[in-house]
Amino acid sequence: MNNFLKKFYYGDIPEEQSGGQYVTKEGKSDWPLWEVFIRSKQGLDHKHVGSLHAADAAMAIENARDVYTRRMEGVSIWVVESKYVHASNPDEAGSLYEPANDKVYRHPTFYQLPDEVNKM
Amino acid sequence: MPVKDLEQLFQQKIDAEVKIEPRDWMPDAYRKTLIRQISQHAHSEVVGMLPEGNWITRAPSLKRKAILLAKVQDEAGHGLYLYAATETLGVSREETINDLHSGKAKYSSIFNYPTLTWADIGAIGWLVDGAAIMNQVMLTRTSYGPYARAMVRICKEESFHQRQGFESLLVLSRGTPEQKEMCQDAINRWWWPALMMFGPSDSESTHSEQSMRWKIKRKTNDELRQNFIDMCAEQVKILGMHLPDPALRWNEARNHYDFGAINWEEFWNVVKGNGPCNKQRLAARVQAWEDGEWVREAASAYARKKQSGNKAA
Ligand SMILES: [Fe+2]
Ligand SMILES: [Fe+2]
Repeated sequence: MNNFLKKFYYGDIPEEQSGGQYVTKEGKSDWPLWEVFIRSKQGLDHKHVGSLHAADAAMAIENARDVYTRRMEGVSIWVVESKYVHASNPDEAGSLYEPANDKVYRHPTFYQLPDEVNKM
Repeated sequence: MPVKDLEQLFQQKIDAEVKIEPRDWMPDAYRKTLIRQISQHAHSEVVGMLPEGNWITRAPSLKRKAILLAKVQDEAGHGLYLYAATETLGVSREETINDLHSGKAKYSSIFNYPTLTWADIGAIGWLVDGAAIMNQVMLTRTSYGPYARAMVRICKEESFHQRQGFESLLVLSRGTPEQKEMCQDAINRWWWPALMMFGPSDSESTHSEQSMRWKIKRKTNDELRQNFIDMCAEQVKILGMHLPDPALRWNEARNHYDFGAINWEEFWNVVKGNGPCNKQRLAARVQAWEDGEWVREAASAYARKKQSGNKAA
């Protein structure tokens, strides 16, 4: 038996153990993916909490209510279909954000003032 | 950039505790390992609802029924968070679920054991959720961002699962002789399978320590298992019950509990599909999927119709 023992962990069983041939009928009804944003209380921003599949926006909001606000985590929900989210390219992170690095004068701590100047 | 350099950059990020996010470059093997591990974790949450679902209609009081319903609903949510994390790695939900139904993907073996009495529900909360928590707390610090975030959310919800289970056993342990007996019997049956949840012993590993190097995992199976045993050996005293292991005793020198040999043959048997409930569990999942097909289709058709209606107007 030892010959197929490998290191693996809880909930993690190696592929050698696979088998079976169940196949679903090809994705006729794969619902689109939605990103979910929740406002945890009045006065705060909506924050991304996760995603889910739903047939339309109304269902996405209902499902988000059931999944992401079971313990009063929110008072308002936004959903947006994931395909409409455009993102910056992580490979360009350097050129995009580096220029801010050498502009310390944009921070208040850059300015040394006499102690007598309070509350500024 | 050549792959070798990319790999080096990747490892540097991991070593510096920078999380990896979905659109970042990652080695194929890292992606594959995560897809396998996270989807199996998701399947475990979902299949894990079945043994407990067995007792929802037969819970001994309305209070216990409401608690059990809430817990099982949480597990469905955990499945969703994890499926969503798997999708960020580039596999579709349908593929992932198909792999479960075909038997290609696995789920935690523990859910192939039956829930024979009400006390089993308490024992599952205390021991099975307890073991899962040990693993999941470690995984909140895993290197892949979406997996780590799902784990943080899950851990917040999980602690009520363990507490309600222990409290339920506590009530039984202070009840009639029959109730006490039922409590001890459930502990006897769930203890060893719960220890197996952590996976084979570290010494049986022939595989590289890749998951540790990539910081997907941060503790070994044996470390987690030992922590779990140390915790339960104390907690069981509060129940006035005992763990079914004659070799269990405190070892002053090690500062840990010693424990008896685990029956790995049983573990492998269940993994291979020969546990008491493997067929039943998978059949229930497949049936739920197939029975739900017309609902999925109808909802899609309705959404399409509404959208074209909107455009016409
Ligand atoms: Fe869970
Ligand atoms: Fe749980």
